[in-house]
Amino acid sequence: MKILLVDDEIELVSAMAERLSLRGIDADWTDTGEKALAMAEECEYALAVLDMKMPKISGLELRRLLSGKYPTMKFIFLSGHGSEADYKAGSAEATSYLIKPIRIEDLVEKIQEATQ
Amino acid sequence: MSIYSKVKPQFWEAGSRSGPNKNLFNFRRIWHLAILLLAVVALVPLLIMTFIDYNVTRHSLESENLLRTSRTTSNTRRTVTNFLHERKKALAFLAEHQGVQRLLNKQNLEAILSSMQKSFGGFVDIGVIDENGKQRAYIGPHDLLGRDYSEQEWFQNTLSRGAYTSGVFLGFRDEPHLIVARRIQDFKSGKSFVLRATLDTEEFNTILSSIDLPDTGDAFIVDRDGIIQTPSKWHGDFLSKVDLPRPEFSETTRVLQETSKDGTAYTVGYAYVTDTPFIVLVIKNTAELMRPLNTIRMELLWLLAISIAIILFVIVGVATYMVNKIYMADQTRARTLHQVEHTNRMASIGRLAAGVAHEINNPLAIINEKAGLINDLFVFKEEYANDRRLLANIHSIIASVERCGKITKRLLSFARHIDVHEANIRFKDIAEEVIGFLQKEAEYRSITIKMNIPEDLPEFTSDRGKLQQIFLNLVNNAFQAMNDGGNLAISASEEMDNSLIFAVEDDGCGIPETDKKRIFDPFFSTKKTTGGTGLGLSITYGLVQELGGAMTVDSDVGKGTTFTITMPLKANKADDNEDITG
Repeated sequence: MKILLVDDEIELVSAMAERLSLRGIDADWTDTGEKALAMAEECEYALAVLDMKMPKISGLELRRLLSGKYPTMKFIFLSGHGSEADYKAGSAEATSYLIKPIRIEDLVEKIQEATQ
Repeated sequence: MSIYSKVKPQFWEAGSRSGPNKNLFNFRRIWHLAILLLAVVALVPLLIMTFIDYNVTRHSLESENLLRTSRTTSNTRRTVTNFLHERKKALAFLAEHQGVQRLLNKQNLEAILSSMQKSFGGFVDIGVIDENGKQRAYIGPHDLLGRDYSEQEWFQNTLSRGAYTSGVFLGFRDEPHLIVARRIQDFKSGKSFVLRATLDTEEFNTILSSIDLPDTGDAFIVDRDGIIQTPSKWHGDFLSKVDLPRPEFSETTRVLQETSKDGTAYTVGYAYVTDTPFIVLVIKNTAELMRPLNTIRMELLWLLAISIAIILFVIVGVATYMVNKIYMADQTRARTLHQVEHTNRMASIGRLAAGVAHEINNPLAIINEKAGLINDLFVFKEEYANDRRLLANIHSIIASVERCGKITKRLLSFARHIDVHEANIRFKDIAEEVIGFLQKEAEYRSITIKMNIPEDLPEFTSDRGKLQQIFLNLVNNAFQAMNDGGNLAISASEEMDNSLIFAVEDDGCGIPETDKKRIFDPFFSTKKTTGGTGLGLSITYGLVQELGGAMTVDSDVGKGTTFTITMPLKANKADDNEDITG
């Protein structure tokens, strides 16, 4: 089982992917929605962890594009903002919604919940 | 509490605010103006009507008095005229039918006098005087036969005019009397004689005394020189000058208002008696005539005073009620306006906080992940696992990031809840969030915060943002009221009537009894000199009402204050039109 991490902050998303790998979760990462869509074409991901606010393609838009193509794919949203709109959309359209900075244990727990 | 403070309307102490929060109205001025205008509108017509009514009554009474005086005077003149007329006619009859020679006969003249005294009355004596003025025949009580009247004015007047009626005079007999005389012609000798009769003035006195007059009234006769001809009670001695001016000649009866030398006002009715020197005077004291007016005036004044008192009482009541209503409406307007301002300000602060938190969150998340990765490497890679000092430093970085994360999450949560409306609330979360904001200040000031919130306290539906504002305001107020080292307690309990009770209790300075009634009024502040706006508790009160709750305060000066909020388990929003009372 592979998961996909998408966040425009490369330093964040790369470190997060490495930490998940150390915990036995095979995670690919990228920093844009376009790249994520391309990677999804190449590889089958059970779950995508998406930052909600990204340039060009937002996390919500990316989620709609991915779920359109891969209906079984699960999603976890990350947000650094926590606005009411984000909260509502994130809670409604994803399995989980986490506000940065996150504890890696929380993310692992949410990933396991979503993929079980 | 004094009676004054009990009856004092709520708007009385409403200070005149300035600046953007100023009152729209000066309520005391409106109250004064309303009372003045209502009083003018109500009392001026009343006073005018009373004045007109009084004057109409006075004129009516004056007219009636004048009429009555005039009628009395006319009747008296008629009686006097008739009295004299009858006797003059009797004398004329004698002169025409008896002839001089028969009248000079003593027995005949005696019989005539006796007959006239019986038939007419009032005749004292009778005599015949020749043209030289010598009395040739006389029947009467005095010894006047042969008396010479040639120098007497009445004798000369009789000879020249043919008939004469004298005024009252003393004459030879030294007794008051008047005479009626008539010239007669002796056809034999061709000489003129005068037939003269003396009339008793007592007859006049009887006529005048029979007039129904008040005690101060007077009726008498004066001659045309103003000499009193019959006794007067108040206006001079008999045969002396009357103390009032002689009225000018008039053929008809007239009534005048005269003032005597001593300043007394009199109503004087007078009538000239035709073909005589007499003027009938009927004099009444004007003040006594107008005495009924005094009674009417007193009744009117009482009625006016009572009416004015009732009108003023109603006016003051109505004006106070209306101005109080305007004041309450203005209070509600001000509260609502500033609640909106406050909410907008909180929303702006929320947006600012969210922006700052978001900006900080991203680098914080990178630090978190990088530090986390380093920590993972130390944990998962055996070659680094033994360097305890490095591991401790990494843990410290991660702990600091977690602390920062909590702060930014709290800020984000606060901002998010400003816009949220109804949601399921766990009161403990609200209390912890609010305390979270002030935790550091509490630590610096050594303020002990105790929370007594049961774990099984039911969740309830309400507006999370508003509840946060309510408790943040109350806890902030408590912090301001307490000295360093104070104690704050937040408690909650469930009541039997499906409501929850929350209390915020401090051991601060307390609220004086006089301020308790007004602490929920907008702009009421005891901290204005230190920047208080007087809006905190007013807005809090408004928010509690909006959520369908109620707030009370219990405070002792020097001991502390407890704000208690009762909130329904299911929020019932207050009616927008409900009258909010502070």
